[in-house]
Amino acid sequence: MQAPAPTDTTSPLPAIEARRVTKIFGEGDDAFQALDAVSLSIRENEFFTLLGPSGCGKTTLLRLIAGFEQPSAGHILLEGKNISNLPPYKRPVNTVFQSYALFPHLTVAQNIAFGLQRLGKPKAEVADTVERMLRLVKMEHLKDRRTSNISGGQQQRVALARALAPRPRVLLLDEPLSALDLKLRKEMQIELKRLQGETGITFIFVTHDQEEALTMSDRIAVMSEGKVLQVGGPREIYDRPADRFVASFIGDTNFLPAQVISTAGPRARLAVCGVEISAALPEGVEGPALTMALRPEQLRLEAAGAAGALQGVLKDTVYFGTDTHFHITLTDGTPLIARVQNARTAEHAFRVGEPIGARPQADALQALHD
Amino acid sequence: MADRTFEVRRLPGMAAIAITCFVILYAPIVTLVVYSFNAGSSVALWEGLSLRWYAVAWDNVAVQEAAIRSLVVAASAAAIATVLATLAALGTTRTGPFPGRMTIYTLINQPLMVPEIVTAVALLIFFAMIKVATGYTGLAYLIAAHAAFCVPFAYLPIRARLEGMDLSLERAAADLYATPFATFRHITLPLMAPGIVAGAMLAFVISLDDVVITEFVKSAGQDTLPTYMLGQLRRAISPEVNAISTALLALTVLLLTAFFFLNRKRN
Ligand SMILES: Nc1ncnc2c1ncn2[C@@H]1O[C@H](COP(=O)(O)OP(=O)(O)OP(=O)(O)O)[C@@H](O)[C@H]1O
Ligand SMILES: [Mg+2]
Repeated sequence: MQAPAPTDTTSPLPAIEARRVTKIFGEGDDAFQALDAVSLSIRENEFFTLLGPSGCGKTTLLRLIAGFEQPSAGHILLEGKNISNLPPYKRPVNTVFQSYALFPHLTVAQNIAFGLQRLGKPKAEVADTVERMLRLVKMEHLKDRRTSNISGGQQQRVALARALAPRPRVLLLDEPLSALDLKLRKEMQIELKRLQGETGITFIFVTHDQEEALTMSDRIAVMSEGKVLQVGGPREIYDRPADRFVASFIGDTNFLPAQVISTAGPRARLAVCGVEISAALPEGVEGPALTMALRPEQLRLEAAGAAGALQGVLKDTVYFGTDTHFHITLTDGTPLIARVQNARTAEHAFRVGEPIGARPQADALQALHD
Repeated sequence: MADRTFEVRRLPGMAAIAITCFVILYAPIVTLVVYSFNAGSSVALWEGLSLRWYAVAWDNVAVQEAAIRSLVVAASAAAIATVLATLAALGTTRTGPFPGRMTIYTLINQPLMVPEIVTAVALLIFFAMIKVATGYTGLAYLIAAHAAFCVPFAYLPIRARLEGMDLSLERAAADLYATPFATFRHITLPLMAPGIVAGAMLAFVISLDDVVITEFVKSAGQDTLPTYMLGQLRRAISPEVNAISTALLALTVLLLTAFFFLNRKRN
């Protein structure tokens, strides 16, 4: 009875679309707006990450997509269909919960089979899929264990297999790695990427770890206080942060005050701490006074006094193993941090308390929206 | 700073006080049990070891009837109370906070707070009115009364069990295509089962040894074991009562031990 599916592969419908989704908890004086008109479009087979500080609404957005909460306003669409009012058990969306939420009275295999059985799949197919999932997450040898008797990392893999087994259109992962130690975490990051590639399922991944977001995602949405501030690929978010919050949340950033001297098309000449520098101005950013973002690793240190370099006094150096941080105070009092790899500075010639020059790489300065 | 925390165990005289308390608590019970094996017919004079009084109690038709009645009432009341308590526990833990929640807790636990004698008198008068109106004088009154005061005893362990259960398990089930009924059947019910069994056993034991309400509510010829024993004591004291008490004690200890182990398993 359905119309044939469109075969246009160049612009497939987004896997998940949020249209001006607002979520308000409570009423009257206690009302709290957890999401503020969030609009997102997440593509088919994308590894999409929601990144933001604690309490910014990441979990709330996932719960709305899974169906545990209803939006106060706006819609959630799955492949173009409005699913805002479907209960969770009717949505082809599965969740890997932060606490794993494995069923303690069932074995590993029974946990993985649960979704398939509820969908009424034939026994043979259930057994088959469970076997495949066990192999996928390398848990065959523990399939008859109770889930309360396996380690944290193993529980996490079972939770993943359980959510993947029914082949959902979209998999939601709420900080699934936060309980693991660093080594296991790195392993699981690689495993997650591999699983996503092998299954072709759209992943929506929540984290407040910016490094994790940068290494794993196809695209990232940076959130703060219920709003989406910027959506883009890891490079784009890192190299061209839209505003001060994104710049400071992702990686370390220096913020420098600048004055516009002259503009020519999309570029401008700026005075930054007494030095004239050329930089691109994104749309909507206007002078005369600007804030520029500058990554600490995009600075080269040199002897004081040369033209085109920021001038200041070296206040402190902090050794970090792979690199060293140089804390500098510029002539106008602005603090500046430069990060230099240690291989090249084995015996650097800079003395604390003496003048120093710091030269930004070409186009390293990013003008920010306020 | 002290190098160790305060411990009651180390207080001077603690051991002596503890031993005295245990002796006072258990001496009467030990005496009762010992004299149930007395060969003579006195409850104060030891005349040798025998199972005589167990045989007497076993052959006593009145004891047999009272025992069966006790078990029927306790089993029925425990079953009814457990079903009600399960529903109440689900209603008070698996819904969002709603106005009047505290009032409902209080109402469910009312039998724990109202003096038993008040409930007994109230039930006596209330059931008398129904008896006059309907003419029915069967065991249902006793069962209903017992079920009512057993509800909180069944409710508390079930609610504790549900409260200790992660809500995200039920959410995970719904996420994995389980309808609300399937979620209850496959997740909630199996996980709360130990609480239900514990609640049922507690209700059973509480019903089994009730005297006050039973004494007021029972019709003629509806003695349960405890009220039968009370009646016996009013006439002549014989070690038969000791034997019955010891048997009841054994049954209760058995059930409570099972209850304890079930509870321990969940932690
Ligand atoms: N059921 C609720 N009732 C009231 N407020 C809520 C509820 N759920 C979440 N909130 C509030 O909404 C805000 C966003 O919560 P959310 O759980 O989405 O944050 P988060 O981004 O996932 O944070 P975290 O990184 O700490 O998990 C928080 O301030 C939280 O207190
Ligand atoms: Mg969260």
